[in-house]
Amino acid sequence: MSAERIVVDPVTRIEGHLRIEAMLGEDKRINEALSSGTMWRGLETILKGRDPRDAWAFAERICGVCTSIHAIASVRAVEDAVGIEIPANAERIRNIIYLTQVIQDHVIHFYHLHALDWVDVVSALSADPKATAELAQTVSPHWPLATPGYFSDMAATLKRFVESGQLGIFANAYWGHPAYKLPPEANLMAVAHYLEALKWQKDVVKIHTVFGGKNPHPNFVVGGMPCSIDLDSDNAINIERLNLVREQILRAAEIVEQLYYPDLLAIAGFYPEWAEIGGGVPNYLAYGEVPRNSIRDVDSFRMPRGAVLDRDLSRIHEVDPKDPQQIGEEVSRSWYRYPDGTTRLHPSVGITEPQYDGPAPPYRHLDENGSYSWIKTPRWRNHAMEVGPLARLVVGYAAGDAEIKEVVGEALAALKLPAAALFSTLGRTAARALETRLASRWLMDEFDALLANLRNGDTATSDTRLWEPSSWPADCSGFGSCEAPRGALGHWVHIKDGKIANYQAVVPTTWNASPKGEDGSRGAYEESLLGTPVHDPQQPLEILRTVHSFDPCLACASHVYGPDGRKLSTVQVR
Amino acid sequence: MTRTPATSSQPTTYELLQRHGVSRRSFLEFCASAAAVMGLDYSEVERVVQALETKPRIPVLWLHGLECTCCSESFLRSSHPIAQDLILNMISLDYDETLQAAAGDQAEQIRRDMIANHPGEYVVAVEGNVPTKDGGVYCTIAGETFQHILEETAEHARFVIAWGSCATNGCVQAAKPNPTGAVPIHKIIKNKPIVKVPGCPPIAEVMTGVLTHVLTFDRLPELDRIGRPKAFYGQRLHDKCYRRSFFDAGQFVEHWDDEGAKKGWCLYKMGCRGPTTYNSCSTVMWNGGVSWPIGSGHGCIGCSEENFWDNGPFYSRTADVPVPGINSTPEKIGMVAAAAAAAGAAAHLGTLMIKRARGSKAAEGDGSAASAGDEGGQA
Repeated sequence: MSAERIVVDPVTRIEGHLRIEAMLGEDKRINEALSSGTMWRGLETILKGRDPRDAWAFAERICGVCTSIHAIASVRAVEDAVGIEIPANAERIRNIIYLTQVIQDHVIHFYHLHALDWVDVVSALSADPKATAELAQTVSPHWPLATPGYFSDMAATLKRFVESGQLGIFANAYWGHPAYKLPPEANLMAVAHYLEALKWQKDVVKIHTVFGGKNPHPNFVVGGMPCSIDLDSDNAINIERLNLVREQILRAAEIVEQLYYPDLLAIAGFYPEWAEIGGGVPNYLAYGEVPRNSIRDVDSFRMPRGAVLDRDLSRIHEVDPKDPQQIGEEVSRSWYRYPDGTTRLHPSVGITEPQYDGPAPPYRHLDENGSYSWIKTPRWRNHAMEVGPLARLVVGYAAGDAEIKEVVGEALAALKLPAAALFSTLGRTAARALETRLASRWLMDEFDALLANLRNGDTATSDTRLWEPSSWPADCSGFGSCEAPRGALGHWVHIKDGKIANYQAVVPTTWNASPKGEDGSRGAYEESLLGTPVHDPQQPLEILRTVHSFDPCLACASHVYGPDGRKLSTVQVR
Repeated sequence: MTRTPATSSQPTTYELLQRHGVSRRSFLEFCASAAAVMGLDYSEVERVVQALETKPRIPVLWLHGLECTCCSESFLRSSHPIAQDLILNMISLDYDETLQAAAGDQAEQIRRDMIANHPGEYVVAVEGNVPTKDGGVYCTIAGETFQHILEETAEHARFVIAWGSCATNGCVQAAKPNPTGAVPIHKIIKNKPIVKVPGCPPIAEVMTGVLTHVLTFDRLPELDRIGRPKAFYGQRLHDKCYRRSFFDAGQFVEHWDDEGAKKGWCLYKMGCRGPTTYNSCSTVMWNGGVSWPIGSGHGCIGCSEENFWDNGPFYSRTADVPVPGINSTPEKIGMVAAAAAAAGAAAHLGTLMIKRARGSKAAEGDGSAASAGDEGGQA
């Protein structure tokens, strides 16, 4: 046997439980990979029969990292089914909550989940504080915390932390691995910014707290938003609350433009080889997001909807999530089963019936020829697709969106890379930062649009005319989407007599982390690992780089909602 | 890299803070705010100071079962202490899949080494619950079931913290019909003290408050009969709700975004679970005190209470709560209040003032009864 098998489990610095098994060829490159979600929570049967107006709260608990995102998709799905148009202010507030989440989530991902794949904390110990300050001032001339004194304190902090012998979250990592290429000064700067970003992230979410009462898991309602606006009340959204939001929007823009984006460019500059590794499947899907008008007006989305196949940017394919011919989920390599003769189901009629036939724990290896994941295999018109920030930029680029083309072009010029570099591990990580730049601009746009409505005397935040289920059609179905930080998220709901009959979500990490399809086609994670060089199989840093570039969220991926009230069958443990 | 055991030769929290450039003044300010969060009298600040000056960092192994990671996210939002201080200066977060740099074998090695080399010294903090059905296949880590990992790790823990409603009482996975057989951790761990910190998620400063209490006083906070720290779960939201006066006055929100909603009236009739929910939302509030669910116009969904997912629907009232001092139900009072509102602002205000005056007396009695045994959490 020529292949060596590398197992990474747990994959850390992600949400949830993910396992990667990769086969290494004699050329020390990966020639096969398995992506396995190792948790399942079974929310489908839990939601069945419940009040559709409660669904957002259950759905929101699919994920506490991209909190609010599932709630937004859920209320949109129910409103679509019932025929509710929410007030313009509610649309603006949901956009503000959404964009805040994207910014916070992406910054956390870059500094706290992904950076340690590129930044060697131990190397930072030997940095010269003065040289670090010079570097920082070059990288981001307007960021104030860039003095020799600041970095001297930071270096001392780090040194004493390491000397304490209690390394905590930094213990036992791949420090000193030759794939780390940053000079000590860049490492020290990045460690300092890791801590600055950690301090900041708790503040930006106050925007959620103003409108939704808390974070994580702010509150929503079907028909609009629960927060009222009354500029003359001390108990509603008034100028003080709006000022708090505005302050955080301004601060977020600073963090994105003066910290995150410059750091991304600086670090990426040391890793040009990663612009040729990790491309993965060549197909990209986005439902689109951030409506300027109503969510029903797809043409008003700031992030366009569509699909791009084979990286052909000259053609954008129309996406209709309700079309049964487009999206289908398979389970032939997952621990679920479909009725005999069924290989693929549209989410609106999907089935989630667990049937574990993997190895009995404790186990060392999964069966690469059998089923190996709690994640299903979704396909769009038979194609494995990548979703997420890169997919959104690719679709936007293909759609000719000027704003998207501008930020992409600017970054490629700064890094002196061709457009093809986007289709890589580095490109995926860069796309996240570029999207965050757009999100921070749009956040202020949406806030301004909210203020414009208020100036015109429109303060409505909720439409309660169809609040009572007795006013709904006896049988109705709806779709709600949200471009989660990690990619295209869709919720499909079927309501009968005011209760949930079916509920299904196909989430971003289901697309990206899916096991193989019926036809043997790999999912995005698996495909992206092929050809990746691994210097030391005992320290598979390279695998983490590419998998982290997708920002895995396994709680989402393996909580897929099923429908139709089938009782869970007996599970066979082999 | 190897870690060394926590011994007395190691730097104390204060020494580390000093080395991190924290001034004595800032340190004392921190101690004062920590004491305030823990419900201590100002005179006890000195004890906080002394504790943090003399103790090394406690190792914490943070395990993740079936969950959504909202507890970790909440923890990171803490305002006092901030997460950075906690992680770098006060505890040693040696295992936490969400944040730790190590992965795979190297991550699991840390956990195994801790169990082998430091039994009885480390704290196990658990986020999520345990799927027990079908041999535990619904959550595995490194090829092991989560149940096995939890049992193995908790066996030698100093004590265990149940973060959030998943670990405390099952939360959403355990809602009917609980397809994975998910159980809270006290069904698995029988021989260790468990501090339960419910909420979906718990409030950040409550989470960090529980940890710093232990660091400061070298013992667990005073717990109520079901294992929750009295300092944070001794009161119903309703007892300290800033909208309580509207409840007492019979002024209720009747529809989203109605006049009552704009004026911040009571959300009881919109399904608010404040009267039956024990938590600190109405006092500590969320995200540095910016707001809380009721403060932003949505009723409490009771996320720190057992079975709250099955006590729905959320927008229906499930209990008739008598209004203090008034022999009537909120439903009837609401109608009276609506009539009063229609009659004009003056009458309206009068009703409010009278009811508030009556209600506050009754509320005092009500509050002390509901929180019997609450001595601020400290003996």
